[in-house]
Amino acid sequence: MVQVGETGRLGRGAITGAPVLTRRGWLAGDSPIRQVLRRLRRNRLAVTGFGLLLVILAAALLAGFLSPYDPLKMTVTDRLTGPSRTHWMGTDNFGRDILSRILYGARLSLQVGLAVMFLTTAAGIAFGMLAGYFHRLDNSIMRVMDAMMAFPAILLAIAIMAVLGPKTVNVVIALSIVYAPRTVRIVRASVLAIKELDYIEAVRAQAAGHLRILFRHLLPNALSPLVVQATFTFAYAVLAEASLSFVGAGAPPPTPSWGNILSEGRIYMQAAPWITLFPGLAIAATVLGLNLAGDGLRDVLDPRMKT
Amino acid sequence: MALYIARRLLGVIPVLILVAIAAFLLIHLVPGDPAMVMLGSDASPQQVQTLRMQLGLDRSLPEQFIVWLRHVLRGNLGDSFFLGRPVTQALMERLPATMQLAVLSLIFSLLIGVPAGLIAAVRQNTGWDQLVMATAIGGISVPSFWLGLAMILVFSVQLGWLPSGGYTPLWDNVWQGLRTLTLPAISLGAMQAALIARMTRSSMLEVLRQDYVRTARSKGLGHWLVLLKHALKNAMIPVITTIGTAFGVLLGGAVVVEIVFTFPGLGRLVVLAVQRRDYPLVQGALLLTSVIYVAVNLAVDLLYCVCDPRIKYE
Repeated sequence: MVQVGETGRLGRGAITGAPVLTRRGWLAGDSPIRQVLRRLRRNRLAVTGFGLLLVILAAALLAGFLSPYDPLKMTVTDRLTGPSRTHWMGTDNFGRDILSRILYGARLSLQVGLAVMFLTTAAGIAFGMLAGYFHRLDNSIMRVMDAMMAFPAILLAIAIMAVLGPKTVNVVIALSIVYAPRTVRIVRASVLAIKELDYIEAVRAQAAGHLRILFRHLLPNALSPLVVQATFTFAYAVLAEASLSFVGAGAPPPTPSWGNILSEGRIYMQAAPWITLFPGLAIAATVLGLNLAGDGLRDVLDPRMKT
Repeated sequence: MALYIARRLLGVIPVLILVAIAAFLLIHLVPGDPAMVMLGSDASPQQVQTLRMQLGLDRSLPEQFIVWLRHVLRGNLGDSFFLGRPVTQALMERLPATMQLAVLSLIFSLLIGVPAGLIAAVRQNTGWDQLVMATAIGGISVPSFWLGLAMILVFSVQLGWLPSGGYTPLWDNVWQGLRTLTLPAISLGAMQAALIARMTRSSMLEVLRQDYVRTARSKGLGHWLVLLKHALKNAMIPVITTIGTAFGVLLGGAVVVEIVFTFPGLGRLVVLAVQRRDYPLVQGALLLTSVIYVAVNLAVDLLYCVCDPRIKYE
């Protein structure tokens, strides 16, 4: 028998000894992070997703040790050779080792993805909380967000890259501008719902300041959808970075990126399909890992959003 | 409902104004003097000055915006440098191809996504459900350009069934047009099909738990009649709202897919413009696609209101 506790401080029902649930469905007496991890461990898809991500992250971090060759080194005699013992994923038209380029490309993709995720989350927290909490700012902030969302994402990113120039840091800026409005909307929606709850009224009655209410009481309770959205933003950013590099508006060559390896291999697709096959698989595996992890986190943290 | 439509129409105006401001400011984001950047380091000071005057950069920013907006409202988006002709003309030539591609992709994603989501919901927790959901999560993870390249390799190079590129307008030759559009439309629409399948499944599962579905079943109505007439109709309401967003994603995604299939659409033109630093063309394309996107979303919202009379403007 499960009892629902008022404060969530008791670990077990005083009379029955049954586990006590807090109002938000967490087991009382156990830290929410530990409970999230426990629930995630039971979710097979999430375990697969996080497992995939760990492997890719390790490959990116250890690229210097794992890469059999310098990713920029051209060996004309080895050009367009298929997968073999010496070159596991073959070579490109300049004789560069594809495996080494993919490993270094992973660094770029993950760096861009992580940076975009953090920047959009920061922007989402700042603008989303302001819009949701201060009614006077809501309309102006949200109209700007609506206008930004009125541009097709990739096209806006390409246009920003056109003016800023092809640099990795500009890819991060462009993608953060493109994806921030989605996070702002999610945080605002959470804040709007939470700020009407009784406990916020109670905190306000205790003469708590705006900053205290925002960061101590509203933000922690708006974190679940934000964490889920951050995972999906990471996935979108990896895909978008690859797309930008593919059309020549991303990180400039010879910097290896999954998108530009694919783009360069396109011309040799018939003679050397491995140049396009492996970076495509790397992108798909990373995005799949992020999507599975995001789905798992959503099921654990915010089951109402389950699709 | 009339009040909702009026308010929704009015709500578009500030968004369009902000979109125009953002598109206008694009050129001003260029580090340094945009005229110098466009002409390159070899340009003479006189050439730079002429271009500055042509772009109106010698005036104050608000003045520039008002002049630019006046031109835009008359359909004048300036001149393209590398094409040497009006931007509006260049965009209008390419727009029909991209619109056909985006619409066909949308039709494909609905034709695949809705039945797949329906099957997954009706056969929840069975092999069918797992198959559909696994395919859907795979579908949202595969980049469209990679799928396009793989399809060219299989269906064009190996099997020779469909062309690997080119474009024939549907109104010139329907059969040939469909042949050239099939592979780009599938590679562009696959991700949206996967998202629509997920959305249809979750929406359908929610509807199937409703009392009125149970009532319909207890009245003795047939299984398929309940599913298609009572449940699916209501389950489609959230799916309809995603159509507007999906169309915007397809318009943007077309840029990448058009490169793969050497498709002469708006996207390829934008990429060429970016490579040549033709800012008026980039600016025009951005403005045009966002206006289309806003218009499609408005149409979808109005359709949504017609489908579900409970919708009110808040």
